[in-house]
Amino acid sequence: MDLAFIDPVFGWAVFLVASILALFCSIMMVTRKNPIHSALWLIVTFFSIAVIYLSLQAQFIAIAQVMVYAGAIMMLIIFVIMLIQLEIEGLKRGRLSGAKIIGLFITVILFLEIAAALMAFRGSAAKVATASTTPEGMGTVASVGTALYGKFLFPFEVASILLLIGVVGAVVLARKRKD
Amino acid sequence: MLQAVPHSLYFALSAALFTIGAIGVITRRNAIIVFMCIELMLNGANLAFIAAGNMIGSIDGMVFVFFIMTVAAAEAAIGLAIFVLIFRLKGTINVDEINLLRG
Repeated sequence: MDLAFIDPVFGWAVFLVASILALFCSIMMVTRKNPIHSALWLIVTFFSIAVIYLSLQAQFIAIAQVMVYAGAIMMLIIFVIMLIQLEIEGLKRGRLSGAKIIGLFITVILFLEIAAALMAFRGSAAKVATASTTPEGMGTVASVGTALYGKFLFPFEVASILLLIGVVGAVVLARKRKD
Repeated sequence: MLQAVPHSLYFALSAALFTIGAIGVITRRNAIIVFMCIELMLNGANLAFIAAGNMIGSIDGMVFVFFIMTVAAAEAAIGLAIFVLIFRLKGTINVDEINLLRG
């Protein structure tokens, strides 16, 4: 079951390639003018995040990431971009630039806060990491399915009702008005 | 001898993805790109859940990510239907010009 940890060098290589690809593609996604280009960069980002899930022994989640995010959700987004007439965002100067600068400042502060919280978490959880070892076959479809249909059965059924409501709501919203 | 990748690097990556998504949400004005940036932020949070679950040897992180994916799928269906409606009504999906709850 150990996919990436046969050799630590291999694990590092997979992590570095996938994380640098994810960061690069997400930055490209944010900065592209054309929404279609953004969507395609986001698909590459989702694939590289799926690779990182694999290296964390979460096989089921990695496959679900590729199928749900890179497959279904991005296909829906690309369809809607093609339905809606493309308007290329112009570079607006003046009124918006002040708000953007303030927004970037707030976001950098947010990143520093998250980083500080993570450092504190690592300090407090160091003994947890050494105490427990990862069980064999933790992230396989069998073990995740056992948890979903056993311990988490009620939330699972509620999630299916949520999906049903989503489908019905999308159909009700998108149909043509009769009046 | 090289050690395995520490979990703090995974957390740092998830924080970076979340921050890039937040920058996109704040600076972009096209509603669909804002929506894609929100998906990227959700992925950053998912990565933190998976890394923490791997760190403490628990499966609960994966179950939580599964439910986040479910909510994201429902959100995508409803949100994109609303974008199509807004575009039919107003002819634009620039978030600065969408300021009315009814047309």
